[in-house]
Amino acid sequence: MAPSLHNAPDDAAMIGRVTSLLADYAACIDSDELERWPEFFTEDARYHISTEFNHARGLPIGIIDARNRNMLEDRVTALRKANIYEPQRYRHIISVVRITGSEGGLIQAEAGFLVVRTMIDGSQDLFVSGRYLDSIDFSGGRPLFARKLVVLDSDKIDTLLAIPL
Amino acid sequence: MSAASIHPATEHWPNDGLTHVPYGLYNDEAIYERERERLFMGPTWNVLGLECEVPNPGDYKTTFLGDVPVVLVRGKDGTLKGLENRCAHRGALLCLERFGNAKAFTCVYHAWSYDHDGNLVGVAFQNGVKGEGGMPDDFRREEHGLRRLKIDLLSGLVFGSFDPNVPPLETYLGADIVARIRRVLPRPVKVLGYYTQTMRNNWKLYAENVKDPYHASILHLFFTTFRLNRLSQKGGIIVDESGGHHVSYSEMDKKPANKPDEAAGDSDYEAARLRADDDSIGLKEPALLGGRDEFDDGITLQILTVFPNLVLQQVRNSLVVRQIVPKGLDRTDIVWTNYGFEDDDEELADLRLMQSNFIGPAGYISMEDGAVGAFVQRALPGTGGETSVVMMGGDGAASQESRATETSIRGFWKAYRTMMDI
Repeated sequence: MAPSLHNAPDDAAMIGRVTSLLADYAACIDSDELERWPEFFTEDARYHISTEFNHARGLPIGIIDARNRNMLEDRVTALRKANIYEPQRYRHIISVVRITGSEGGLIQAEAGFLVVRTMIDGSQDLFVSGRYLDSIDFSGGRPLFARKLVVLDSDKIDTLLAIPL
Repeated sequence: MSAASIHPATEHWPNDGLTHVPYGLYNDEAIYERERERLFMGPTWNVLGLECEVPNPGDYKTTFLGDVPVVLVRGKDGTLKGLENRCAHRGALLCLERFGNAKAFTCVYHAWSYDHDGNLVGVAFQNGVKGEGGMPDDFRREEHGLRRLKIDLLSGLVFGSFDPNVPPLETYLGADIVARIRRVLPRPVKVLGYYTQTMRNNWKLYAENVKDPYHASILHLFFTTFRLNRLSQKGGIIVDESGGHHVSYSEMDKKPANKPDEAAGDSDYEAARLRADDDSIGLKEPALLGGRDEFDDGITLQILTVFPNLVLQQVRNSLVVRQIVPKGLDRTDIVWTNYGFEDDDEELADLRLMQSNFIGPAGYISMEDGAVGAFVQRALPGTGGETSVVMMGGDGAASQESRATETSIRGFWKAYRTMMDI
């Protein structure tokens, strides 16, 4: 961990930058602009949805396991053109961000989230809660996720998980 | 059970065959209770998990047989035992953790405790306090044990039954099903992870869905959309004599003689890459379509069911035990246990993780199954005495080479009607 992370003003600035990134990320998904979703990731980013149960035990299976940005683009294409699911939308509520470290030029951050899912008939449910374990590359013009590990609190998924988290 | 009566339109099928299924079966409380009594707690074998989940003496796993909570535990002697997860005193759940290790099971409510065989070995204050109270003199601990399950194993897969008169497991399954289970469990197994998919429909709608090859290329458009259909594929459906168990499989054509090195699956990969080069729809990352012919028989897909609660899945190198757990008339949990083998090399281990993108609640070729049962369930209110139509491929429930058939769905109803006596 870089010493500067314990320096309060720097920390606050980094928290602000990560918070802003997560806000943009959630807005992209929640406003159904999924075509822009892969643009939040580096070319060789890992995007992995796991559960607390599997994560704690080192069980490697993913509910989604994407190894690069191309796989994220393929998922969007599949959602738009192939997969069949009822119209639905998400509302992400993201908690206060914690900076947990930095390594190899990447900032590690963690934030909790809730996703409320609204179906076309108006019914709403708390769909999932969990946390993002992110490694973020701030070296370029805009920050990008080099790794986004989505760890769900529960390992029950209601019906299906089509739209990404 | 005796209190509720089954709706006559449900009990009396419109004809004596298997081609018309009363919709009332999916939303009748009395049917649900009869299913618990005659199917799940009757002379059937229900999957409870994998042997490797409870490797050491005292290791236990809580799960469900039908909707009845049970615990699977490895005894001191190394054998597996199954018990109803309910204290014989006041009926509280005995084990609350999903997995654990215990020398004895002690109820949190009044500290009655049981050994791994379900024998009651301790009753708090049995002799009262200071000579006052306590259990009557004629109380016999041996009369208050936990209800036991019969347990049997096949290739590391653990089955349980509440019925002491259930036929031996391999007799119950038949030789074809046994061989196809062994095929995907040839070596010591390790679990790669779990998740549960909750479906808002009666459990039978999922049981039928996995026996239905008719819908596969129609509802699941992933392969069609990315033009990855393999028309050269062969396959078929095996239905056992009872009708309740089935295997649906497809295999690649033999490797072309002029390209002996070409592994099955490479043609998909090439096709995807070609399309990625032009501008039409294609996968940008064709690595998803890789795979290894790990069982050396060219079979790339095998969906196997054991009546009533097991689905054993091979989608290329993605291997899963799916356990069907009814949660009331219109709720069903599917517990997905992804597995590989202890001796998987790094590449094969990674193929399994990569190909898990095809399956599960977010799976490219399976997510629709999570919703389609609910589409039927939500449309039930107007059905009255009506029936669904299951006529594709004839009226029998025999094995067929064509996959344009509903023969294994009819097989399900054949076994169901026999055991339910309707």
